[in-house]
Amino acid sequence: MASTTVSKVGAMLTLPGDAVRQILWRFSDRFDLQMLVQSARAVARGPVARMVAAGERNTHEWTPAKAEMMETFDRAGITAAFMEPEEGGFISGPKNLALALAAFELAWVDGGAATASLAGFLALAPIHERGTAEQSAHYMALAAPPREGEERKTMRGAFALTEPIPYVGVDTGMLSGRVRVAEWKDGEEPMLQVEKRGRFITNIACANFATAAVDSGDARIKGSCVIILEETDEGTFDRGTPTKKLVHQLSSTGDPIFSLKVPANRIVGGYVVKDGVIVPNYTHSEVIEAVFRRTRVTVGVMTSAKLLSAVEPVIRYQRGRFRGAESIKEGSLRYDQGIQQREDALQRLVDVWASGEASASLGFAAARLFDELDPLERLKAALMVERGVSGSRAEMKALKESETKALELLNGNLTEERRAELEADTLVQFVLKDAAANVLCPATKLWNTGEGTRQMREAVSLMGGYGITEDCPGYLANKWMDAQLEATYEGPEAVQRRQLTITMTSELFLAQFRGWIKEMRGIASERPGTGACTLATAMTMWLWTLNYTQKGKDADGNKLYHGQRQGVTFALADALCWLLAVRCQILDVQELEARGGDDAVVSEGLAETLQFFSDLCHTQSARASGEVSRICAELVYGYNRHPAWDAEGHKACFLSEELDEYEGFIPGILSVATDVVSEGMHPVKAGPCAGCAGSADFLRLQNKLATCLTGSRLAKDRAAETVLKVMIPEALDYPA
Amino acid sequence: MANGFQIVVCASIVPDPLQTLEPAAGANGPGLKNEMMLPAVLDPWAAAGLYEAANLAAKQAGSKVYLVSLGPKAKLQQVMMTVAQKVPFELVAVDGPLGGFTDAQATAAALAEAIAAIPGLERERMLLFGGWESASRGAGVTMQVVGERLGVTDQFQGVDQITVDADGSFEVLERVEGGKHQVSVCAGAPAVLGWATGSLPEPRNNPQVGMANMRGVMPALQKAKSVKLDANGLSYVSVSLPKQQRETRLVKDMPEDEIAREIVAWIEE
Repeated sequence: MASTTVSKVGAMLTLPGDAVRQILWRFSDRFDLQMLVQSARAVARGPVARMVAAGERNTHEWTPAKAEMMETFDRAGITAAFMEPEEGGFISGPKNLALALAAFELAWVDGGAATASLAGFLALAPIHERGTAEQSAHYMALAAPPREGEERKTMRGAFALTEPIPYVGVDTGMLSGRVRVAEWKDGEEPMLQVEKRGRFITNIACANFATAAVDSGDARIKGSCVIILEETDEGTFDRGTPTKKLVHQLSSTGDPIFSLKVPANRIVGGYVVKDGVIVPNYTHSEVIEAVFRRTRVTVGVMTSAKLLSAVEPVIRYQRGRFRGAESIKEGSLRYDQGIQQREDALQRLVDVWASGEASASLGFAAARLFDELDPLERLKAALMVERGVSGSRAEMKALKESETKALELLNGNLTEERRAELEADTLVQFVLKDAAANVLCPATKLWNTGEGTRQMREAVSLMGGYGITEDCPGYLANKWMDAQLEATYEGPEAVQRRQLTITMTSELFLAQFRGWIKEMRGIASERPGTGACTLATAMTMWLWTLNYTQKGKDADGNKLYHGQRQGVTFALADALCWLLAVRCQILDVQELEARGGDDAVVSEGLAETLQFFSDLCHTQSARASGEVSRICAELVYGYNRHPAWDAEGHKACFLSEELDEYEGFIPGILSVATDVVSEGMHPVKAGPCAGCAGSADFLRLQNKLATCLTGSRLAKDRAAETVLKVMIPEALDYPA
Repeated sequence: MANGFQIVVCASIVPDPLQTLEPAAGANGPGLKNEMMLPAVLDPWAAAGLYEAANLAAKQAGSKVYLVSLGPKAKLQQVMMTVAQKVPFELVAVDGPLGGFTDAQATAAALAEAIAAIPGLERERMLLFGGWESASRGAGVTMQVVGERLGVTDQFQGVDQITVDADGSFEVLERVEGGKHQVSVCAGAPAVLGWATGSLPEPRNNPQVGMANMRGVMPALQKAKSVKLDANGLSYVSVSLPKQQRETRLVKDMPEDEIAREIVAWIEE
């Protein structure tokens, strides 16, 4: 149950530093990542911040300063963060967390700078994920910054998927871009003619190559593919006009036109020739699925950075709001606390801060999960080849057995031996992590950016009129606008909700989700102040509602949970995201509690830091539970037709003369009966009160959830006290 | 210079200057409020010495740079994530207390002991670099005492430049009053150079350099010797931050000649 004890621990002493973040986000033992963070931070708060201050965002054109920014990324190791050491990088192994951390640091100052760095990775990602060994070795090496003594420029790329209307955008399955056979001489590599128009293509102004999605326009080519186009290829590599976007102006976006002749070995992942037809090894959908499920997480983390970066400027502004006025004497409460004298200012910032922490926790958890998944995915691919399984359908079929085993692992009472056997099974581990990743990725992209944008608006409002000026410290208005693009690009919100609609109902995910409910109850019993118990109840309510909608029908007899019924499915997807974010937040705080004492820096003031982070969890848990309760109640009751004052409706009402009789043997019934009809007159309201099949269970849950909120506002009050008292630096460490 | 120099840079860590620095009394004397939790940086004066050392080592074949740093090793580790990306060096870490209020004699003794224990260090090739000043409380004597303890008596303070000749002798520019430099020529190592700002910019972060340094940094931190610094009878009566002085005037439309005259008059005061 929620905390009811008032903590004696004081307010957190300073804003959380690197040592705290490294534990929360699990990279305290990764000095390669810690260095990347410092390096990206120096670029963000140095050259990038100066560019923003100098007005480089005020033009859509690609300027020398923006080009120089890319060179700065190269020199600082940000470009090389995507590469393996042998390709010119410095980080070995999966890089999802690394890229997320770098993007977080850049987006702390400017989202466009982060996007510019990510766009290069996005262009390379199809080659990295699905390219042939030759393609990968060639392009990764050229895209790495030159090593000492090497005389060459860094090759930059753009990912060209989206096209002018009517097709690619929301639905990436349809393409207008075409690839045809231009020449095919016996025994030689076929030459292909690629016609592709792009729209909103990032990094196009500085791209030396593009990875473009195209469909076959020739009977001698089967299906779609992604193909690599270089600026020196024969034909037209026109970068097009810059997009007049209002956000992310430090990154280049344009509408290019490609009409190029390229060899067939540029098809990403290669091809085979069957019966005189070129068959790409991967369709464009297979390539982009592998790419986006990773890069979308990074975008979500960018919005988290905006929220957390807003905390310090808002506190400084609010504390110093009245200083300088003749009537405000130094040392007075008004001088010291400024606007922070008002509870509302403190508590609204607590909400912004809590949302930022929850979204960062969710995003980094997803990034770490993909770091675990990447090697498993490669092992899985190798096992499939070994077993002679090819094609996605055959693979799905082959993995069914592993899914059954995974469910056994999650649900069964197993012997130690059997448990160890299943835990050591690569494919079991793969299907488990894959099922979770298929939910965490769209959840991060959807919730972090959507709720992040709403909370950025709140942060801007906390700066008053200053918030919507260019002079606002922390560039909060820019960040608010930028967040809206983050909610849109790399798959807008509807795409993420649609994906969740499918993945969140997978039995493997739901089995893990049930385990997470137990996990939260366990944490709650050990550490009641985190809101874990509240969350567990909200999670139970979500699961109950999902089950209800999957089986239930509306007043017209139509199924509630249905692919086309987005009023139900999308709402449940939204609700789930709130829950997942708080769960990750609570787990991070638990990690801090477990490991903080071992770190000499973190252990100083650890009790206060833990208390504050727990209070943020509790606050966020209460907010999430409120959202889930509202959404679930709407879904459970909202699809029933409200009874009317008609003959059918009257059946559920009392007649006043009946009640008089009942009062004789049921004393008090007169005072509790609400729907009473008397001489054809009924109470002044829409109709007799509605009931709902199964509603008793739901009402019990809702009632329980309401009582689980006990203590959450006390937690918010304590968190607000930290916002009031926490020591902040004298000045922001980047120019405004 | 046949074998190059062995340049030992003594550099402490100090709170990031943007942080709120509020003196606070602790169990072991004065300190800064929440000092352990504040982000730290390499002391800027000593950092100038480190960059000059790396520059000199790059020009003098066979030279090597050691960075000797005394501070809580958890804080040192955090600072190294940035510093190690700047220039190549080998870290010698000494796990000791944080803060600018330790006794300079005790600090110098701990540093000298750590330097003396560096395997393979040849005194006749050693240049001892450090900060002339400090961003915390500069005692102004630490480097001199370290040098004396190691028997290095050629000492230069407020150094802005070193130029090495082929025979290993070098010319040093030391700051003196009036914006001028005193030029000295030293026959060769060993010598102590307390750096002012030097003339080099802060090198950019380079993770490749960082990864190479890290191979030595992490083991050095793990085996850092723990030291306690004696107060040696030192006590502080009071500690306070320097008062901010603001002498800004807002004047509109002042002619350039008049501005120039005013500046000259101010300089002549």
